[in-house]
Amino acid sequence: MQVKLKAKGDTLVVQMRGELDHHAAGSLRTEIDARLAEAKIKNVLFNFHDVDFMDSSGFGMVLGRYKAVREKGGKVLACSLRPPVRRVFELSGLTTRIPVFGTEKEALDNLWGESG
Amino acid sequence: MSMDNYLKLEIPAKSRNEAFARVVVAAFAAQADPTIDEISDVKTAVSEAVTNAIIHGYENNTSGTIVLSATLAGKRLEITVVDYGVGIADVEQARQALYTSKPELERSGMGFTIMENFMDEISVVSKPGQGTTVTMAKVFGRYNAEQA
Repeated sequence: MQVKLKAKGDTLVVQMRGELDHHAAGSLRTEIDARLAEAKIKNVLFNFHDVDFMDSSGFGMVLGRYKAVREKGGKVLACSLRPPVRRVFELSGLTTRIPVFGTEKEALDNLWGESG
Repeated sequence: MSMDNYLKLEIPAKSRNEAFARVVVAAFAAQADPTIDEISDVKTAVSEAVTNAIIHGYENNTSGTIVLSATLAGKRLEITVVDYGVGIADVEQARQALYTSKPELERSGMGFTIMENFMDEISVVSKPGQGTTVTMAKVFGRYNAEQA
């Protein structure tokens, strides 16, 4: 899996490409947590636009970040879910804790609209 | 008319083989002309079973061996994932949604729930110290056929 992490204001945007399974989740978790240690980062947005597969190890990683971010008083959001990823999201109940948006812009607008 | 067919694959318990295993089964199952959603379900279920063998069966000891086999009979795909690892003392508990024996590894406890929801049948046979066998089956086109 290829990953790009970029800070947009107080939000870390995680752009992933490929398949999010147990093999991919380990290094991604380490990368995200290193950035979460930065004081200015409060929220995390997972952009799934180029992710065509996710299993329970993938959402275990997402859920783990949700817990860490909540402790900092921030939010975790997700956007651009393809059907296979959406299905696993819904089955896992993740959608009740992590708001899902159609696009990255919609997610960021929602986040900053609420906090601003 | 599809012919009956089978595959048998032996792989070490390395996490990079999770993707390999699910792609192999997906390519095999393609002979039965499944829908994209059905293939996606099969890939996810295989990924869960193989990941369980690696993390729980062998506790990330990569020298363990996983045997993956699959058969196709008409539209029915049956998949078996075997490990010779630590086994599961209480299978009922392991299959419960959100239960995990390894919360410290950020396991979601949803692996078996996904396998149950994405496949038509699943059975889990395990013996502590000897290993675990997960058998799953799915009949392609079942929902279309039932509607017709």
